[in-house]
Amino acid sequence: MPAPTLTRATLPRLLFGRDPIRRSIYLVGMLPAVFTFYLGLVDQLGADPQKTLERTLGLWALRFLILTLAITPLRRLGVANLVRYRRAIGLLAFYYAALHVTVYTLLDQGLDLAAIWADIVKRPYITVGMGAFTLLVPLAITSNSPMIRRLGGAAWQRLHRLIYLAAAAAVVHFIMLVKSWSPELVLYAVLIASLLAFRLLTRRGRAAPARGSARAPQQAARAHSVRP
Amino acid sequence: MLIKRAPDIKACEITPHAVYLRRREFLAGWAALGLGALLPQPGQAAPLDALKSPLSTAEPQTPLKDVISYNNFYEFGVDKDDPLKNAHTLKSKPWKVKVDGLVGKPAEYDLDDLIKDVALEERIYRMRCVEGWSMVIPWVGVPLASLLKRFEPQGSAKYVAFETLVRPAEMPGQRGVFQPLPWPYVDGLRLDEAMHPLTILAVGLYGQTLANQNGAPIRLVVPWKYGFKGVKSIVRISLTEKQPPCTWNVQNAREYGFYSNVNPNVDHPRWSQATERRIGEGGLFVKRRPTLMFNGYAGEVASLYTGLDLKANY
Repeated sequence: MPAPTLTRATLPRLLFGRDPIRRSIYLVGMLPAVFTFYLGLVDQLGADPQKTLERTLGLWALRFLILTLAITPLRRLGVANLVRYRRAIGLLAFYYAALHVTVYTLLDQGLDLAAIWADIVKRPYITVGMGAFTLLVPLAITSNSPMIRRLGGAAWQRLHRLIYLAAAAAVVHFIMLVKSWSPELVLYAVLIASLLAFRLLTRRGRAAPARGSARAPQQAARAHSVRP
Repeated sequence: MLIKRAPDIKACEITPHAVYLRRREFLAGWAALGLGALLPQPGQAAPLDALKSPLSTAEPQTPLKDVISYNNFYEFGVDKDDPLKNAHTLKSKPWKVKVDGLVGKPAEYDLDDLIKDVALEERIYRMRCVEGWSMVIPWVGVPLASLLKRFEPQGSAKYVAFETLVRPAEMPGQRGVFQPLPWPYVDGLRLDEAMHPLTILAVGLYGQTLANQNGAPIRLVVPWKYGFKGVKSIVRISLTEKQPPCTWNVQNAREYGFYSNVNPNVDHPRWSQATERRIGEGGLFVKRRPTLMFNGYAGEVASLYTGLDLKANY
């Protein structure tokens, strides 16, 4: 008889856990995927629904990658500290990339493994796209507290720098598949380039002297995000 | 069995043929009175009568809603749904086509004069886009050969060049900082390809005049070549001795050749051309189908290319 225990206080907690904002990010973040798939089922995705679904999922993966990369600069520039939500946003990027790859392999290629392998080997944009996705896999697997503890903070952080490469590869994948540049593509390319440039510049800036003081808040923030 | 009753139309309600033939003056009269808005969309789609053709395919046709909503027409934007959203601004009437180059009768022809003496034909053709999707479209048009003969090509003419309208005021893709292609959009055919009975100039589809996003009022259709060879909203046809430039070839010669014949054995450098997705067939779970040599028109056109290395001349 669980019904009586569902009071006004426990229901939201059941739905959203201890951190309602974090849980909402997952729920809201998955809405574009659910909604687009639904539109596809009711034939509202235009003339080429499969391609629209594939592209939409890929675009959202890229958007969430950009958001993930934006969190550190936003904090450094004093705009907002969203570090505690970075894992959720980063995992959303991975989920979308995985769905994007699933639509490509399952719906588009009909799980024709020979054709998929031929694509990966012969088509640079597929090679690069699959590379980007592959790079995200270890990051997703280690995006939980036990894995962070097991790896140790420093090793974990080194591993997660792979996101820079994955994001660059993702946008290159996008550039390589279009017939001509669109304003949207230019926007994403510029955003990713600036977010990566920010790392290069700030790294050089605080090379030697500021090490101790600059690291401290970062470590504190990470420790906070690590807590379950 | 259900048989629909013929509609009851009194003889006096049928428009006399003479009046029907003057329908444009009638519409123009309403427009002059400023009452054009009261009429149901006169410019966009007028019915066309067309003869059936043995060159048509019997394959299921792509639904009209897909044919008019999924278009590559960069003059109106680079996304597939941009032409539908933006092409309404194009004024496709009146329309002139300049014919020049190596012809006996160079002139600027009014479109109505150009096609008035030629019987319109329905040609249901497969259309294969270089991007890996395809449609089956019931075009209405005239064989290009019948028009070219009227222009009296000179003996030295070896190619036919086509040019699309440049009118930035009506074509948003031709305005502003970001323009995806150099204008005008140009492309061309060898004269024997242009004279082939399959090659048509289309003025309509699905029994109606062309929607602007499909290349109104007149466009090229060459069913054994990738779709981008089908120059839309044509304002100029020139006969030349030298191979004319083609927009996509100029843009990226490695990926787009002059011929651009549909060929499953010659891949686009970035993607395979072995298969295609038929639009309007199966929705989200549509399966790719194999692409056919010359888009299934090998029997009709393969002889045009005997001795030509199709890998080198993609």
